[in-house]
Amino acid sequence: MHAESRPAGKAAALKAFEGMAAEPGVPKPDPILVVDNVVRRFGGLTAVNVKHVEIQRGSITALIGPNGAGKTTFFNQLTGFDTADEGQWTFNGRAMNGVSAYKVARQGMVRTFQLTKALSKLTVIENMRLGAQSQKGENFFRGLVPGLWRGQEDEITAKAEDLLRRFKLDAKRDDFAGSLSGGQRKLLEMARALMGDPQLVMLDEPMAGVNPALTQSLLGHVKNLRELGMSVLFVEHDMDMVRDISDWVIVMAQGEVIAEGPPDSVMSDERVVDAYLGAHHDAPLSAEEEERQLHEAEAELDKESTE
Amino acid sequence: MDWTLIFSRAVEAGIGSEAIIYALAAIGLNVQFGYTGLLNFGQAGFLAIGAYAIAVTVATFGLPFFLGVGIGLLMAVVMALLLGIPTLRLRADYLAIVTIAAAEIVRLVVRSVALSDTFGGTDGLQAFSGAFYDLNPYPPGEYGIPPIIGFDNRSMWVLTVGWSLVAIASFILFMAMKSPWGRVLKAIREDEDAVRSLGKNVFSYKMQALVIGGVIGSMGGFIFALSRSAVQPDLFSTDLTFYAYTVLILGGAARILGPIVGSMLFWLLLIFIGTGMEEAVNTGAITFITVNQVGAIRLMLVGLGLMLLLIYRPQGIFGDKREISIDAR
Repeated sequence: MHAESRPAGKAAALKAFEGMAAEPGVPKPDPILVVDNVVRRFGGLTAVNVKHVEIQRGSITALIGPNGAGKTTFFNQLTGFDTADEGQWTFNGRAMNGVSAYKVARQGMVRTFQLTKALSKLTVIENMRLGAQSQKGENFFRGLVPGLWRGQEDEITAKAEDLLRRFKLDAKRDDFAGSLSGGQRKLLEMARALMGDPQLVMLDEPMAGVNPALTQSLLGHVKNLRELGMSVLFVEHDMDMVRDISDWVIVMAQGEVIAEGPPDSVMSDERVVDAYLGAHHDAPLSAEEEERQLHEAEAELDKESTE
Repeated sequence: MDWTLIFSRAVEAGIGSEAIIYALAAIGLNVQFGYTGLLNFGQAGFLAIGAYAIAVTVATFGLPFFLGVGIGLLMAVVMALLLGIPTLRLRADYLAIVTIAAAEIVRLVVRSVALSDTFGGTDGLQAFSGAFYDLNPYPPGEYGIPPIIGFDNRSMWVLTVGWSLVAIASFILFMAMKSPWGRVLKAIREDEDAVRSLGKNVFSYKMQALVIGGVIGSMGGFIFALSRSAVQPDLFSTDLTFYAYTVLILGGAARILGPIVGSMLFWLLLIFIGTGMEEAVNTGAITFITVNQVGAIRLMLVGLGLMLLLIYRPQGIFGDKREISIDAR
């Protein structure tokens, strides 16, 4: 509903981020998702402790961080699959904390999973149909009278077939989803999420376990979501992919957002390098120390050559 | 050996009231376990509720028979809600634990000494089925195909009502499972988080499945009570639930005809083997067991048969091999 009124696409997204300070929690001009002070503790461990973060509408935002940074936990909280101990967040200005997962999805914030959840004993087309919202036939009593839902079912099927064609899964229409390859299941999951016309698509490691041949096609589909006016937030480990498709990158480490910025510069941010490799990774302690090490090595070489 | 007797008893069991009762119990389980993946191990409790609702309403309180039927259906809904509200948000195994305990609680309550004025204690209740048999349109006499099948007019009335209930329940489920509603249930069986992420209220659907399965089970309880014109608490022990699961797996879970054919075949084979062995012992063909041991051996064979079924044909008679084999990848 918001998307149509705005210019969509990469240019518009990049323009929005132009000149923005690369600081954690920087305000965005048109945020679709605003998160404040979200905390999740597992016993003594604080898995997530996000002070403030905003996700720009109509852009592709990457959420990266080393293993155990709390990315997936944060994702689960935002989508209602886990409860936050503290904090609030709003989606399209509406408070979403404590809202159950299915209601989050109905509001237009649809997620996928790191371990793909294709419903393997349903056919591909049934998987797709399931993604459609407000189906009349999903009520038990109305379901008993096919005349009440047949029409809507035909519309849903037409939409599903259209999406399957776009994702090149139309040949698999009547196969069980369990017979698809890992990459095709990722595609199916993404296509299925689109059946509900989401405004914000949340992808949890969309490239995990996908063979390189499919990676390009999957990347294309993610970019296409932005062209269609949707916003994308994704968790990913593959840095090439992050650099290739994201407009903005948020970096988490130890549950906190430690840096934000455009993909090209955020990778070289000192805080990010420290978070990934640990502070002081194989760096000399000081300039003198470095000098001394160098002299030692030279002396050793000299000794060897004179012998 | 009297083969006519053996076949006659087996065929009568295959279409008799036992087959109806277990078919209804298994149809209820099919909604819950077969389509939705809910492990209800307390189906016997739902049958007990149905049976005792009629018995108590009519025999203890002297109220009309059809009020008893209404109360039975209502109580089954209440029972399903009570079991579902605390457990359906938890992992599937919690429901299994709670339902098996709840069914035992129902049985222990109706057999308790303290409440024997209402429920009749271990003796149960009798003399409540008069109104049901008053409606019997069959004039007294023997019906069937002699010499194999023969039922009296009372049995004929029970069979007519019972198989009609089976047919109606199966038809409703057939329509429901073809609809988008059924699709959501099957999807929940696969992965409820995925369904949740697509905006479906999983809790509500699981509750609906639990209620519908329980209500169908309570209808099995009606037939149980009416076919015997008596109820006894110990008929509703956990064996009943496990036989119903056997019936469901034999016929094929998540198939409309699975529980019906499974129940008919289960009782046909059970009585065939039982009567056959009894006859063999009586005529001296088998000498190493006594007639009293036949019952136990019959159950051993049921267990063996169930194991072989799960090993060699886990999808049952009607199941789809493809649906099963995908998980093995």
